[in-house]
Amino acid sequence: MREQNKHGVFATFWQYTHGLKRYFFLALLTTFGSILFSFLTPQIIRLTVDSVIGDEPFDLPRLFAGLPEQLGGRENLRQHLVVIGIAILLCTLIEGVCTLCSRLLMSHGTESYVKRLRDSIFRHIQHLPFRWHTRNRTGDIIQRCSADMDVIRNFVANQLLEVIRITLLIGTALWLMASMNVRLTLVAAAFIPLVAWYSGFFFKRLSRKFRVADEAEGELTVTVQENLTGVRVVRAFGQEQQELDKFDRWNGEHYRLWVDMGILMGSYWGIGEFVTAFQVMTIIAVGSYLAYRGQLTFGEFLAFVSYNRTLAFPLRRLGRILSDMSKTKVSAERLAEIYHAEEEHDGPEAQKPVIRGEIDFDRVTFAYDGANVLEDVSFHIPAGSTFGILGNTGSGKSTLSYLLDRLYDLEPGCGAISVDGTDVRDIDRTVLRQAIGVTLQEPFLFSKTIAENIAAATPGASMEDIRRAAAIADVDDNITEFPSGYDTIVGERGVTLSGGQKQRVAIARTLMRRCPIMIFDDSMSAVDLSTDAHIRRALKTETGGATVILISHRINTLIDCDNILVLENGRVAESGTHRELIAREGGIYRRTYDLQSAASLGEEVRA
Amino acid sequence: MSERRNDPDVSKGFHLGTWRKLLPYVFPYRYKLLVTICLMIVTAVIDVALPRFQSYAVDHFVVPQSIDGLQPFLLVYLAAIAASACITILLTRISMKVELGVNRDMKRASFLRLQRLDLSYYNTTATGYILARVMSDTERIGVLIGWSIQDFFWSLAYILFAFVSMFMVNVRLTLIVLAIVPPIALVTGFFQKRILAANREVRAINSQITGAYNEGITGAKTSKTLVIEDRVSDDFADLTGTMYRAQFRAARLNGLFVPIVTGLSSLAVALVLVRGGLMAMENAIEFGTLSLFISYSLAILEPIRMMARLFNELIAAQVNVERVTGLIDHPLLIQDSPAVIEKYGDLFSPKRENWEPIKGHIEFKNVWFKYPDGEENVLEDFSLDVPAGTNVAIVGETGAGKSTLVNLACRFFEPTKGQILIDGVDYRERSQLWLHSSIGYVLQSPHLFSGTVRDNIRYGNPGATDADVERAAKLVSADVVAAKLEHGYDTDVGEGGDRLSTGEKQLISFARAILPDPPIFVLDEATSSIDTETELLIQRAIWHILEGRTSFIIAHRLSTIRTADIILMVEDGKIVERGTHAELMEQNGRYAHLYHEMEIKEQEERTE
Repeated sequence: MREQNKHGVFATFWQYTHGLKRYFFLALLTTFGSILFSFLTPQIIRLTVDSVIGDEPFDLPRLFAGLPEQLGGRENLRQHLVVIGIAILLCTLIEGVCTLCSRLLMSHGTESYVKRLRDSIFRHIQHLPFRWHTRNRTGDIIQRCSADMDVIRNFVANQLLEVIRITLLIGTALWLMASMNVRLTLVAAAFIPLVAWYSGFFFKRLSRKFRVADEAEGELTVTVQENLTGVRVVRAFGQEQQELDKFDRWNGEHYRLWVDMGILMGSYWGIGEFVTAFQVMTIIAVGSYLAYRGQLTFGEFLAFVSYNRTLAFPLRRLGRILSDMSKTKVSAERLAEIYHAEEEHDGPEAQKPVIRGEIDFDRVTFAYDGANVLEDVSFHIPAGSTFGILGNTGSGKSTLSYLLDRLYDLEPGCGAISVDGTDVRDIDRTVLRQAIGVTLQEPFLFSKTIAENIAAATPGASMEDIRRAAAIADVDDNITEFPSGYDTIVGERGVTLSGGQKQRVAIARTLMRRCPIMIFDDSMSAVDLSTDAHIRRALKTETGGATVILISHRINTLIDCDNILVLENGRVAESGTHRELIAREGGIYRRTYDLQSAASLGEEVRA
Repeated sequence: MSERRNDPDVSKGFHLGTWRKLLPYVFPYRYKLLVTICLMIVTAVIDVALPRFQSYAVDHFVVPQSIDGLQPFLLVYLAAIAASACITILLTRISMKVELGVNRDMKRASFLRLQRLDLSYYNTTATGYILARVMSDTERIGVLIGWSIQDFFWSLAYILFAFVSMFMVNVRLTLIVLAIVPPIALVTGFFQKRILAANREVRAINSQITGAYNEGITGAKTSKTLVIEDRVSDDFADLTGTMYRAQFRAARLNGLFVPIVTGLSSLAVALVLVRGGLMAMENAIEFGTLSLFISYSLAILEPIRMMARLFNELIAAQVNVERVTGLIDHPLLIQDSPAVIEKYGDLFSPKRENWEPIKGHIEFKNVWFKYPDGEENVLEDFSLDVPAGTNVAIVGETGAGKSTLVNLACRFFEPTKGQILIDGVDYRERSQLWLHSSIGYVLQSPHLFSGTVRDNIRYGNPGATDADVERAAKLVSADVVAAKLEHGYDTDVGEGGDRLSTGEKQLISFARAILPDPPIFVLDEATSSIDTETELLIQRAIWHILEGRTSFIIAHRLSTIRTADIILMVEDGKIVERGTHAELMEQNGRYAHLYHEMEIKEQEERTE
């Protein structure tokens, strides 16, 4: 994935904010409102203590200078302190409403944004070419889509607004403090860089230790998991002691690393607490001195101390957030690499023919990762015939079906594949793939009900059709034996099907599609021989006029084919009917036939 | 195929009995716990004292405009905050050790239990579920004991000392502040419960989303061939829609909770100001007192919220405790008797010197058997004599219950009635490890551990030399596999042996089984097809292995079946026929029918 350009990472993420920016903006406004009103309370307390209860003159900004008189002057206020109490509650109420609004707006904005990101990356991955999927490890992609996406979400949901909020908070507090006393404000502000620095310092070290400790936890998890999945082996070999030793080693390591981190964390917290408390103490000391010099009133002192307190916590957070934000860039780049990978794309000139099922491979050569998988392969399959392909693992037999289905595309000059005389590269992918039903050797079932799986590509199919397809694939009996029958959920959350059951469900799924071309790529390998024969017999009558390609390394799967192609190391070694091939003494087909008969009889080999 | 066991519902109400089960794990840390609690109480005293420094400053320096005694005041103040910081550092260290110690000990106890639990537990419990108990539930308990208890004492002490401190100064104002405590506690309790539930839901959906990514990516090839990329993506969008709603619900709860609690504490401040202001004007109290009360009415908020939160967490953590102790106390169906352990040692301290050598004569004597989770007897009064060196093949359709006998012979399960004798002695009179050390076992889907090929072959016999390993490998043609790999025997096979094909894994698991030269061999033949050449290698390996050993084979190959000394035909979990190949063909029953069916294909091939 590395080769993707790094340009436009920001643009990639920015485009999804469309229509959401207003929510973020409103959230910012309401946040500002809540900060403003939260700061009013200490001012009210200050004025009350100094000028209502005490005898200082009211010092208010010019805009509000007339307010005490409108409220009936000092004497009246002294009689009705309740008015001030109500004012404080009113401020808190407005602050609360602002907070609620800002949180709701922010949540709507963030969650909608993250939903868009998740949906778009999922859809994008679905439409990325198969080659991309084979080149990238599943675990890595999932890691990016979940962990890196969480980092992005955290950035949008918490860090972005929080940084703005804290900056506003600190700015407003310092401004209000400065309006009361500049010198004391400077003392308070002197601590800001100190707090930011040590938070960043510790945070960097903590995250490094955290990574190591987290890896140890990963190892411990793997140890336990392997023990659980391999429990039969452990028991049968009596290796419980060895397993326990391994577990103890990682469990101890895990303990050691986390305690180690706890020690650093303790220092961080302790020092943080000390610096914060020391700052408050400094303000009290300097404030007392200034009051002694007559430069600070009692009310101002109170207000000052309370503003100063609102500084402490956000400051500690800021240092942490800032060093945390560096992760966001890395995550954004990792996700952008996926976004920037190019999707499969059909031009408007792509043809959308009605496909009958005649297939031609003309001198096809295909290389993967520099090594030739197929070399100069040519054959012709008339529409409606049954075609067999025999080959060992690594002979390139599956690649043939991938090429036909355009999971891979041929390079120019490496031959041509055509369906009904049209080059597949000129046919719209969707039209082509809808005409070709492929059943894979290790079929993938979705974690849905069995019925939903069989009808995965044919929404709205009737239960009758589903059961008919299942019966042809010889799996209807197995399914009805499950307690919930066709509504049984498959996979992790439900029932685990055996390899053979999976293959048969997948065959039923393919049959549902009624494609003019059907490929069974080693798709009966886990089915026992009698079932294999039964399915083949049923297929013969049910596939109707479809072109059927059977890929296998089992001779008896291919016996009835109209024509059989034998692949060896990517080349066509032989072709013909079963009868013709069997007659070729020394041919691969004949040799395989002999081996397989011998293997199932056993005598020759044992002797 | 197995139905997965689901999470039990979140239990409601406090259960002392559940918590009592934690005592053995907390006990080793009792002194540390005591120290942390004491330190927390000291911290609370300092925290309560801090606002008084401010009020002292107001009364002695700010209002009278004097700086007499400022220096000693600052010294005491500095000493207090320095002490508080040191305590924090110390406390974190000890708490961390308690948290991780409890965590580690419970993990170990769970793991130990898992090594002793019978296989029926594994058959009925999903691996992910067990893993969650061992890994995350224990972690939650550690955090609870390492931190929550201390937080609880801090909150309690803070609230207590704060009120004592206020009472000492002014009773009437204290009562005003006190009045605000119950509503804050109630509101917090109300919201925290819902916030916890909302967060749990978000986490659950989040893991569903990760699962959906996994499915979307591993199933991409299938989605493409079925041309359902957009349908799959739409399903995913439904899931993220659910996520949006859950997240928004959580945000709404938080958005309501914080302002309401702040509002309540601000009510306290307003009341103190109104009431205290009047008193100050009447000179009933000093200015410093007023500032002290305003400080306390703000500061009391946090410990009250913490108490309410801890209470909810405690209730929520009860499920974790239930899960872990449920695992640790899960009854053992198969256990060596004390007398056996006395003589032969247990799983982790075997007395190998007392072990009798095994010849491999196995006898089922009037055995009755019923699976622990089953209702029907699968064996009724079953007897079978397997002299040393006999090959027993078990045949039947998929899912017919062919593994029952193997499970019994390996003592993964024990007969519900009757006896199984090994070399003439009931195997319950010997230790499990004694038997397991003498059995070579190859699974249908071979399971390898992460590590090198060599590590894997050596798995059952850690003391084996490299030469032993290679000899065993050669015997079963696994040397062919090793030769093909980049680093030979030192190639890492990946997690679960993922980097090898099924056939290769099978050959290596043969080598692993044969290395300790076991007198008894159990083989579950693979059904999934392997290419012809590997298949041949495997067959040769099987014949090498079986020679001279007592063996049980769950067989799928005609060749293996035909050459067995005894064939058992299984149908619907019961043994319906037994005998040699010739005898059973003679009977012309179920076995003959199955055999013919398998043979038909070969006939077809010949006559073509």
